[in-house]
Amino acid sequence: MSQKTVMPGFRPTIGFTLLYLSLIVLIPLSTLIFESFKLTWDDYIHIITSKRILSSFQVSFTAALIAAAVASIFGFITAWVLVRYSFFGKNIFHALIDLPFALPTAVAGIVLATLFQPSGLLGKFLLSIFGIQVAFKPLGIVIALIFISIPFVVRTVEPVLLEFETSMEEAGSSLGATRWQVFTKIIFPNIFPALLTGFALSFARGVGEYGSVIFIAGNIPYVSEIVPLLIVIKLEQFDIPGATAIALTMLVISFLLLLVINLLQYWARKRSGQL
Amino acid sequence: MSSHIQQIKNAKVVNKSSTTQDPVWVRCILITISIAFISLFICVPLGLVIFQAFSKGITAYFSALAQPDTLAAIKLTLTVALVTVPLNTLFGVAAAWTITRFDFPGKSLLTTLIDLPFSVSPVISGLIFVLLFGAQGWFGEWLMAHDIKIIFAAPGIILATIFITFPFVARQLIPLMQEMGHQEEEAALSLGASGWRTFFSVTLPNIKWALLYGVLLCNARAMGEFGAVSVVSGHIRGMTNTLPLHVEVSYNDYDVIGAFASASILAGLAIVTLILKTFLEWKQATR
Amino acid sequence: MSILLSDISKNFGSFAALHNINLEVPEGELVALLGPSGCGKTTLLRIIAGLEHTDKGSVIINGENKTSQNVSQRGIGFVFQHYALFRHMTVFENVAFGLRVKPRHSRPSNEVIKKKVHALLDLVQLDWLHDRYPDQLSGGQRQRIALARALAVEPSVLLLDEPFGALDASVRKDLRLWLRNLHHDLNVTSIFVTHDQEEAMEVASQVVVLNHGHIEQQGSPSEIYDNPTNAFVSRFIGQTNVFDLDEHDNEWLRNVGIINTNSTGRIAHVRPHDILIEKSESHQDATATLKDWQHLGALIRLELVKNDPHHSSKPLFAEMPKEQFKTLALRIGDVVKLKIRHAHWFH
Repeated sequence: MSQKTVMPGFRPTIGFTLLYLSLIVLIPLSTLIFESFKLTWDDYIHIITSKRILSSFQVSFTAALIAAAVASIFGFITAWVLVRYSFFGKNIFHALIDLPFALPTAVAGIVLATLFQPSGLLGKFLLSIFGIQVAFKPLGIVIALIFISIPFVVRTVEPVLLEFETSMEEAGSSLGATRWQVFTKIIFPNIFPALLTGFALSFARGVGEYGSVIFIAGNIPYVSEIVPLLIVIKLEQFDIPGATAIALTMLVISFLLLLVINLLQYWARKRSGQL
Repeated sequence: MSSHIQQIKNAKVVNKSSTTQDPVWVRCILITISIAFISLFICVPLGLVIFQAFSKGITAYFSALAQPDTLAAIKLTLTVALVTVPLNTLFGVAAAWTITRFDFPGKSLLTTLIDLPFSVSPVISGLIFVLLFGAQGWFGEWLMAHDIKIIFAAPGIILATIFITFPFVARQLIPLMQEMGHQEEEAALSLGASGWRTFFSVTLPNIKWALLYGVLLCNARAMGEFGAVSVVSGHIRGMTNTLPLHVEVSYNDYDVIGAFASASILAGLAIVTLILKTFLEWKQATR
Repeated sequence: MSILLSDISKNFGSFAALHNINLEVPEGELVALLGPSGCGKTTLLRIIAGLEHTDKGSVIINGENKTSQNVSQRGIGFVFQHYALFRHMTVFENVAFGLRVKPRHSRPSNEVIKKKVHALLDLVQLDWLHDRYPDQLSGGQRQRIALARALAVEPSVLLLDEPFGALDASVRKDLRLWLRNLHHDLNVTSIFVTHDQEEAMEVASQVVVLNHGHIEQQGSPSEIYDNPTNAFVSRFIGQTNVFDLDEHDNEWLRNVGIINTNSTGRIAHVRPHDILIEKSESHQDATATLKDWQHLGALIRLELVKNDPHHSSKPLFAEMPKEQFKTLALRIGDVVKLKIRHAHWFH
């Protein structure tokens, strides 16, 4: 352990940091790994490949992907509008973006369920005009995940847009590029890595999300059951090995996906000269 | 989001020259799209909470809130936040100090590990404490023998909440203290100040708004956490239901007024959080 | 108070920032630590202050070994490069800080603190700014407040890290003179770090030239300028023309009047003002052609090209007073005869 400066307090602060981190995070999380050692490989495969669990993985990951993609598009537009334009009520609008961070997920869950159920305000409208049912379908899960994803995208793209040198745009225009060309060839490549980060954060949060989803999803096996819910169901049946196996699989898959996205981001950053 | 705070400083300097300004029709379309999107996903849900809570009148609203189970849930939620927030604040300050003021091997690993709870599903965050302290868990038998209840009781709820809100304060402080550097602290030390004195009269005044910001977010999440708490609580009415769990239970019992009355308190909390957050961002930017 | 550094070494990982530094600073001197960036001068200053620990060696201030003592107990005054003013405190509170954090038994009363702070602010001529915040001050004002703050604790030694580095050129000039006068009045042993040789020569009574973590030379500004001990110091302090005997400069040098005894070295450094110039009609061996010239205030700098058939046209710089230049009535393209009156030889 080498000290950079003569700053006081290294031993107590690092001691407390490591102790607290171990007690609250590392030891509890490690139970997941040790507990899974109690399962044989065959047991594990048997649990994970049951049809209900496979379909829940499919539902969870697909819904999170679609939601992250939709939130990325609209979140980008929102961030653009917030940074570049001024309009009446912009400050309130700006503050409201963070509501999904601040609003407890259970509240979001019952509100979205009430809104989109077939007799609800928006549910009735969508059903009668377009014949689309949202609640108790995978689409409902997507809606709930879009809700919680909004701030992740807006808040990662916004600072990068703010920092973006408009002189680059002016240089582009002076060289004869149209506004659209300036956007696609100059602005977007610079913002893209941040957008990918926002997408990754949304996606990771979406896969694990529970509270805002279970009310609107209807939780119909094979149709609209998400992975976190299956863990809860296994726990309620006192099937600890089952719950552990699903949880570990989910953690591993999301870490792998995040890794892929990080590599993608590295590539994008490299291509836009930000590395 | 801390980088966000720092960015606001520069918010007003975005160039408005004619070459970088979009045509009016583009501006109108984009503003309309984003306002429509945000209204649909944020304003309408917020309005609905209030509408539903008061749909049977003010008396029904208050009598729903006055039920013993609701009051017990409010009390438990406050208790959880009261234990969780100070502990995580203390941790956040210690971790930020260690990480930004010293060099040691494994520093970037430590920084990554602090963020770990953010990437774990809330349900799994609850599950790991069941694996540790549940009836079939590692310490299950020992706890049973000594008649200590952690799972399906307040301690379990508090532990899961601490886990979930673990990174909030540290995350706000680390980038800020990194950016600040330690010259001011070195100056104080060179003038003869003690370590504590340096922290309280030089460091703390500089980080106080970011610290409050972290505390605010930590508190909002601690009071609102649902998934992790739901796994460890056991949903015992009047005993181990926090306010968000009480919302769920009431909703599943088709007690719409009860569910939305409790939800309105949480929504109020969210709005207060947003207002304070905006204020703190402004304070931080004009620091 | 005198400062004695013996055998100081400091590594950052595998990088040796300082290597066996031995340095004595007598009481009351104003010393410049001069060197290119990365030479270890700031590290050395921070080691004297106690802001950095040494790997080896000792720091002795006024006969007391302070090596293991913490910065807060060393009783030094440190002026940081970017001033490090406490931005949440007023100018007054910044200066008072060192007095307020003294242990209760030696802490002066509020009345005394007030008096003392105002006296210090008077000293730096900024008392009228006492209730402002650092963000409301100009760079030069911040610099002087930082100095007042460091002086408040009556330090035995005053250390300044690049004190003029972040200032505009005109402010810098004024502050240099001001610091010199202030040091003259207070007579506190002071060390400052700079990478600007002109600044070091102008302000300091002693200059220590550092390079790659070791001391190249220590001495008064004129000693260092007139008798550089090696090629690095010669080149770093002021402009110089370099002649390399291994590059066929031998014959040409003999023609312009310097004779190498060979034992003194193979490389000659000649200061621009040591080159004397006459107008010449013929293309002799000791001539050069005037390529260009520039005003340097009272001096004129001539850019010359040697008339040497063996050699490429590496430019030569000579300096002369403006009046002389006028009398010679030189024009670009004229041929001049050179005479070198002094050279430093290095191996």
